[in-house]
Amino acid sequence: MPHRRIFLERRSYRMRRMMDAVRLLPLLGLCLWMVPLLWPVPMPDPVLAEGAISATMSPAMPPTMPMSAALRYIFGIWFALVIAAWALWRHTRDHVVSDPSASPEGPL
Amino acid sequence: MVALNELVLVCLTYVAGLFAVAFLAERAALRGQGGWLLRSPIVYTLSLSIYCTAWTFYGAVGYAARSGLEYLTIYLGPSLVMIGWWWILRRLVRIGRSQRVTSIADLISSRYGKSNLLAIVVTVMAVIGVTPYIALQLQSVILSLAIFAAPETGVSGGNHAPFNSGQAAFWVASGLAVFTVLFGTRNLNVNERHHGVVIAVAVEAVVKLVALIAVGIFVVWGLAGGVSDTLLRIDASAIGEWQVQGSRWAALTFLSAAALLCLPRMFQVMVVENNDDRHLQTASWAFPLYLMLMSLFVVPIAVVGLDLLPEGSNPDLFVLSLPLSQGQNGLAMLSFLGGFSSATSMVIVATLALSTMVSNHIVMPIWLNLRRGGATQSGDVRSVVILARRLSILFIIGLGFSYYRLTGGSGALAAIGTISFGGVAQFLPALLGGLFWRGATRMGALCGLGIGFSLWIFTMLLPSFGMDGALSRDTFEQGLIGLAWLRPQALFGVDGLDPTVHAVVWSLSLNALAFFVVSLFTFPEPIERLQGAQFVNVLDHAGPARGWTASVAGSEDLMIMAQRILGADEAQSFFRNEAMGQGRGGNLPEPTPAFVQALERELAGAVGAATAHAMVGQIVGGTSVSVQDLLAVADESAQMLEYSSQLEAKSRELSDTAEELRRANEKLTQLSLQKDSFLSQISHELRTPMTSIRSFSEILRDAAKLSEADKTRYASIIHSETIRLTRLLDDLLDLSVLENGQGNLHMGQGSLQDVLDRAVTTALTGTANPLAVTRTGVQEDIIIHTDLDRLVQVFINLITNAQKYCRADHPALSILVGRRGKGVTVDFVDNGQGVATDAQSVIFEKFYRATGAEGDGAGLGLAICREIMLRLGGEIIYLTAYDGAAFRVFLPQDVLRAQYRETSVEDAAV
Repeated sequence: MPHRRIFLERRSYRMRRMMDAVRLLPLLGLCLWMVPLLWPVPMPDPVLAEGAISATMSPAMPPTMPMSAALRYIFGIWFALVIAAWALWRHTRDHVVSDPSASPEGPL
Repeated sequence: MVALNELVLVCLTYVAGLFAVAFLAERAALRGQGGWLLRSPIVYTLSLSIYCTAWTFYGAVGYAARSGLEYLTIYLGPSLVMIGWWWILRRLVRIGRSQRVTSIADLISSRYGKSNLLAIVVTVMAVIGVTPYIALQLQSVILSLAIFAAPETGVSGGNHAPFNSGQAAFWVASGLAVFTVLFGTRNLNVNERHHGVVIAVAVEAVVKLVALIAVGIFVVWGLAGGVSDTLLRIDASAIGEWQVQGSRWAALTFLSAAALLCLPRMFQVMVVENNDDRHLQTASWAFPLYLMLMSLFVVPIAVVGLDLLPEGSNPDLFVLSLPLSQGQNGLAMLSFLGGFSSATSMVIVATLALSTMVSNHIVMPIWLNLRRGGATQSGDVRSVVILARRLSILFIIGLGFSYYRLTGGSGALAAIGTISFGGVAQFLPALLGGLFWRGATRMGALCGLGIGFSLWIFTMLLPSFGMDGALSRDTFEQGLIGLAWLRPQALFGVDGLDPTVHAVVWSLSLNALAFFVVSLFTFPEPIERLQGAQFVNVLDHAGPARGWTASVAGSEDLMIMAQRILGADEAQSFFRNEAMGQGRGGNLPEPTPAFVQALERELAGAVGAATAHAMVGQIVGGTSVSVQDLLAVADESAQMLEYSSQLEAKSRELSDTAEELRRANEKLTQLSLQKDSFLSQISHELRTPMTSIRSFSEILRDAAKLSEADKTRYASIIHSETIRLTRLLDDLLDLSVLENGQGNLHMGQGSLQDVLDRAVTTALTGTANPLAVTRTGVQEDIIIHTDLDRLVQVFINLITNAQKYCRADHPALSILVGRRGKGVTVDFVDNGQGVATDAQSVIFEKFYRATGAEGDGAGLGLAICREIMLRLGGEIIYLTAYDGAAFRVFLPQDVLRAQYRETSVEDAAV
């Protein structure tokens, strides 16, 4: 096992953090794209709507999310993710292949 | 209105163009040209776009028209996987390259000990899962053809094409089969990559993207009147609000992410055809971008289609029927080509991937089994493999075609796609478990796959044929054979879930659970553990595991086999290179384990890991795991051990250094103490004579009346004290000169006898009571070459000591000369009481004086003797064996050797 340094010079440090961002980006995307789970949904099933749940909920049913807003939200995130991935790729493309020590097991 | 014939003509032209592109690419690759294009990350990304099939092209709009934004889940999942390439895809691609994996079945079988059973299971599952998908593509092509021929069929949603749809499907299927056979089986080695196919797929990717965007632009700016108007229209439409069930949103996103990893065709383009990690990096943003562009205009098209087209139009075909209804024939034609592209590229690659699996994992093993010992027989296996692959291609396209004919092309496109996804997603636990968990076993994978797949068939595939289709209504309502907890859409009595979510959750979770639990309780075979370590640690060390004890394998046999699979030229050049790598001439390398491993890997590229393993096994013999390999299994623990032992060594080194420091410190302290005691001793030694000199000189000065006798006595005391002082200072000077290695030795030659004579005479002269000296002179007649004066000094000192300290009544000293080893010893033994035991170790120290000695010596004599003997290359020690004091002077060998040399020179001179 090679000897490992604990602290890195500034440039490699930046690179490491960049790779952290690469790793984190999909999780961020996942969280943002799962936000629609919180949006109110119109009761699709009349059987359900007459059920016990709706008895308490239907009077105060919040307005549903308009399609155009939903579209903007999801595609906006999509676009942002693509841009972020692209920017990260620009900065890390030479680094990842050439430097095997950038693996997640590497020093921080 | 476009005439059908015209459309067919355009289609054929387009296909001919594709053929040409593929052909040119193949030829350029053969010549080694155009590498920049064939190996560019853009082409790689575009080839990934076979993820977007006709299901995307037509189905997404239909999906959106029916269920709003739910269609996006199909693209969000893959986008996330792609953006998160670092986590999974990087490993996958690296393993694919280092293990020369040919398909997902190959990967899974390879991971779990190159198990052929597992490969067969995965292959069968993949064929079952993907066949509906292939049928879907045929269906979409036929539907789109039909809508051109008679637009009203789109309205009725029926299947009343003005041509025989069965025949048309047949021709489409045949065309695809021909293309796949031509370009998919040109070279056997899958790892050499199908440049033609990949380029054709990339071209088709561009065509479908351009087509969909063109339609989208036409719809948004041509029909709806701009972005804001379109958004208004969207909000006002039937799908104008968010209506996706949360559970479906999450489940479908997950399902599509899983499908991206598990679909055989995606695996083909993403892993098998990949030749550079960096392409993956590029694709990490480019592929999500592609997907985003593909799905951007779906909702506008769906909304405008719902608005403009008559009630009952098939929303799956809005992309086509919308331009047609507006009289935009050119755009419609482009759109048709886009759909056609999506369908054909998917069918080609999927068929290619499946046929590789079928031929490698089902046909070849059976063929090998039928011809026992087949691997060593002569004859070209290549043709068999290629034939098997071609037949597999025909078989799979035939299967898709049959499925299409059987189901009559019913059902919405989206439903079929989801079902297919659900089927292949069952590979996920075994795949990911294999990549990240070394504890995953073959049994676990088999159980997980079996349970997951059965559940998928029962909860997803069979119900999709409708009530009383494959499953009876009773089964739906009462459960399988009347067991209520076995209802296909309410397993274990969990009711009220969306059927898709229900199926995905149950099948995948039970699949993963079975995989995990069975893996925990089974024990993997050695080769499984080897492969497991290889796969999980692929990023750490890419070196392949050694799998063969090849001493029994004949290189000739291996050569014969390799020639039959790789072809004569390629096999020979491979063997030649290997031989060269081993530093041997000729064509046959030594069958080392490493070589056999490399060969197996090379063969695996052609026929799959399991088959290659079996074939090499036939030649090499059963024992594929040696002690060495078991050692390799322990690689990781060995590494850890090594690390900890390195740490240990380091700490040992440190403690050694500390010990050394401590010792040095002790020595320094000791030296400082010695110096202090030396100084105090020397001042003491100087003080004693000085005191008496001073007192007597004061008496002489102050006392007026002194007798002459007293004067003389006092003066002589002063005199003797100064002599003693002088001697002390001389001794000190002498010692310091000797200790510093200064002062020259005056080398001379003489007999030992003379030296002893001189010493005895000098030492005993002027003593009142001389001790009796006995000498065994027999051996004294030796010529020695050394500093004779110094030697005499040593001897005198020893004799004087004996004279001084021997307390015997009749003191006697015997001097014995002897040969010991290669040198000469001179022992001085007296008959006194000897030196006390506790004093023996310090008699050679400076200023040591025997207790009760008369005080005229400074205690430097023996110290000087020791220094002299060191300078002369010999030594002086105290002998404890005698009763009296006994010292041994040892003269080294070269004292004598010099004598011989000198003697001979002298003889010559005489």
